[in-house]
Amino acid sequence: MSRTIFERFSDGKSGSFIPENDCPEVGFDILFQRKTPTGLPAVGEQEVIRHYVELASMNYHIDKGMYPLGSCTMKYNPVVNEEIAGSVQFTGLHPLQDEEDVQGALELIYNLEAALCEITGMAEFSLQPVAGAHGELTGMMIARDYFRVRKENRKTVLVPDSAHGTNPASVVTCGFTPRTVPSGEDGLIDIEILGKELDDDTAVVMLTLPNTLGLFEKDIGKIVKMAHSAGALVYMDGANMNALLGIVRPGDIGIDIMHLNLHKTFSTPHGGGGPGSGPVGVVKHLTEFLPVPRVVKEGDRFGFCSDLEKTIGKVHPWYGNFNVFVKAYAYICALGASGIREVAENAIINANYLMKKISRHYDLKYPGPCMHEFVASGRNLKKYGVRTTDVAKRLLDYGIHAPTIYFPLIVEEALMIEPVETEKKETLDHFADVMEKIAGEAKDDPDLLHRAPVTTPVRRLDETAAARDPEFCWPFEKGE
Amino acid sequence: MVPEDCLYTEDHEWVYIEDEIATIGISEYAAGELGDIVYVELPDVGADVQQTDSIGTIEAVKTVAELFSPISGKVIEINDSLIDDPEIINRSPYEDGWFVKIEMNDKGELDNLLDFGKYQEFLGENH
Repeated sequence: MSRTIFERFSDGKSGSFIPENDCPEVGFDILFQRKTPTGLPAVGEQEVIRHYVELASMNYHIDKGMYPLGSCTMKYNPVVNEEIAGSVQFTGLHPLQDEEDVQGALELIYNLEAALCEITGMAEFSLQPVAGAHGELTGMMIARDYFRVRKENRKTVLVPDSAHGTNPASVVTCGFTPRTVPSGEDGLIDIEILGKELDDDTAVVMLTLPNTLGLFEKDIGKIVKMAHSAGALVYMDGANMNALLGIVRPGDIGIDIMHLNLHKTFSTPHGGGGPGSGPVGVVKHLTEFLPVPRVVKEGDRFGFCSDLEKTIGKVHPWYGNFNVFVKAYAYICALGASGIREVAENAIINANYLMKKISRHYDLKYPGPCMHEFVASGRNLKKYGVRTTDVAKRLLDYGIHAPTIYFPLIVEEALMIEPVETEKKETLDHFADVMEKIAGEAKDDPDLLHRAPVTTPVRRLDETAAARDPEFCWPFEKGE
Repeated sequence: MVPEDCLYTEDHEWVYIEDEIATIGISEYAAGELGDIVYVELPDVGADVQQTDSIGTIEAVKTVAELFSPISGKVIEINDSLIDDPEIINRSPYEDGWFVKIEMNDKGELDNLLDFGKYQEFLGENH
């Protein structure tokens, strides 16, 4: 393992030189004068460059190889989007600038919201929430205020066990009580159970479509009808919208509130390369609850409008992560209507192709066909003393990022695989071959899998110790 | 507690009955499936719970599971030592790794639970 930048401190060199102070020191209370070194790394420029190039080369990312992390939609982030978003016309903007000076930016926000409405069939979108879970919370707040205005005291949100794990958390954060609806044998919502759970205390049915098993709720029309006739709203977690683009519009099937993840479906980067964006869309009768400000168009001028009587208020400073909007808008414009549909088609084809190949060596609890992702199981390897976690670690040795494991919770030894549409057949074949090889190793040499990974810069970590006794702070004295 | 003397739920909790008091924990199978447990959340002493209510959280490295109450009643004691040292559950699921003691309301509810033999059968069929 290489040294941290702090451990390189001892080199005694520095990349910066502060000139000798030739002014008298004034107005500085001796109390606040530093007596010890700052502990900041002081290394020469070449060392700094080498350090970060070394870190970058150890990093694994979508530009390096396949990243089949189920539920996360790790698709390629087109360079042209970065280029457009990096243009000084966008990066040079300040949110406090006069509306007159930022007409182009406002137009982009307005057009992107309109494009998302067209894609999803919702009446209006707000781009303010900055993450998927933030969108969920915003959606729950809209539902809460909707019932408050109607003077209905509904407290329960029904969440299928095949929903995203953040859903119940968003429900609780908003003051509702989540109740789990178990899936049926086919991995879909059991509408008989749903019917029993629905009552006049149900505020929202919150489902993920397609669900976390990569399955489309074939009874969605019935589910929506049942919820509505019980007086409840239907929230759709649209994080898996990548499978529906151009094929299904949630607004058309009666969804009341939904969120999208621009950093999944619309190809903007995730995590550290993000930030994220989780726009929320609503049907016509909920538009007055959306967060403010809204971006409105009057004649050919664009402007902010905060004049919305029932709004839930602001959910983020300014108007969300603007730079992400630019990338998502560029992506939508580049693909056009037919290209958008092809994204979903290819994501589904890739996932089904891979599922078929993987199923020769791993269990499938729900044989499909699947949508954009599928959940395999490593339970057939348990007889060799090998667990899914060992398979995942071994994949790293072959230079492939591991899929999501142990989620969803309803599949034992789960391996949740999402190849996404941007991977070509050769890459999928390679992944399937490696998975086959690992299944063979599990049988012939299980210990090899227990030791994995052996080729990575860091070997297997003690995850238990990391969780039980984490150390969050770098002890500075070590570097000095 | 001897595993053979306990009753079980399909969620892998065990119950050991002594007069009106039910001691509750998770089975060795469950502890093994969860792997190293790193954190537990227990109910408050005095809390009234219903059968199948979630009365605690068990966090392992790879997943988080809920502890469902196998019976209704009042929580009269919790195993505090699990808070600082949750690995007790992995080491001794039937003895030192018990979670809570509940004073039962309705012994009739025990009919909904599996005896050791049935639980073994259940494990064989489903796992």
